[in-house]
Amino acid sequence: MTKRIQLKVIGRRDFVLGASAAAAVTALLSATVDKAWAQKFDQAVMKAIGDAKPAEGRVTLELPEIAENGNTVPFSISVESPMTEKDYVKTVYVFAEKNPNPEVVEFNFSPLSGKASAKSRMRLRTTQDIVAIAAMSGGELFIGKRTVKVTIGGCGG
Amino acid sequence: MASKPRVKVPKSAKIGDMVEIKTLISHKMETGLRKDKKTGENIPRMIINSFVAKFNGKQVFKSTMYPAISANPYFAFFLKVPEAGELELTWTDDNGSSESTTKKIAVS
Repeated sequence: MTKRIQLKVIGRRDFVLGASAAAAVTALLSATVDKAWAQKFDQAVMKAIGDAKPAEGRVTLELPEIAENGNTVPFSISVESPMTEKDYVKTVYVFAEKNPNPEVVEFNFSPLSGKASAKSRMRLRTTQDIVAIAAMSGGELFIGKRTVKVTIGGCGG
Repeated sequence: MASKPRVKVPKSAKIGDMVEIKTLISHKMETGLRKDKKTGENIPRMIINSFVAKFNGKQVFKSTMYPAISANPYFAFFLKVPEAGELELTWTDDNGSSESTTKKIAVS
């Protein structure tokens, strides 16, 4: 209703101009929102591993390419490691970049695990990247990433 | 936390075998982000935040959960059987109440 009234008052050309300005503002807003998500994500990673730079590789993340229901998205994580007393995977941190809380879960393994592999199910708010960072007993860090498309978000609102 | 966990553990294994342990427990895993439709207030967070697996008293696997873990949390992990013994699984929620179950693994 309000739009129709505006049209009459400000005329078509002004309206078009106004609309494109509004679109620009929305784009700008969504950019800031993205930035806010990224900041939260960075903070969560910082809390887990400090400002260390993990190397790519050794971490495999298995997730569906398209998750229809964001309430339960099955995932599996495995990390290449001999899993001996001297050399094993200590912790795997899992993050979802655009969830209200980026932290998903932390897995602690031990030499008794035999292999550093675990499965569970997570909630995803929207289409986003899932990141897993593995911390080895020797202190090295490895990172793996996977994008999941989510049809219906699962974080309640 | 009232529900009985469901657990799949092999009854016997050979020493050095890698066996998969599967666990499931019913829990709402309230995220703390949902709003009560009547009052408009946030429903407080209430999740299982920790799951620990020990074999003969030694920690095999631990999981620290955040609200992003789905309701009725499911976990599967591995154990390299070092000897015959008992696997103890414990879930703890935000209230500090916990649920445990033990399963014996024989060595053949």
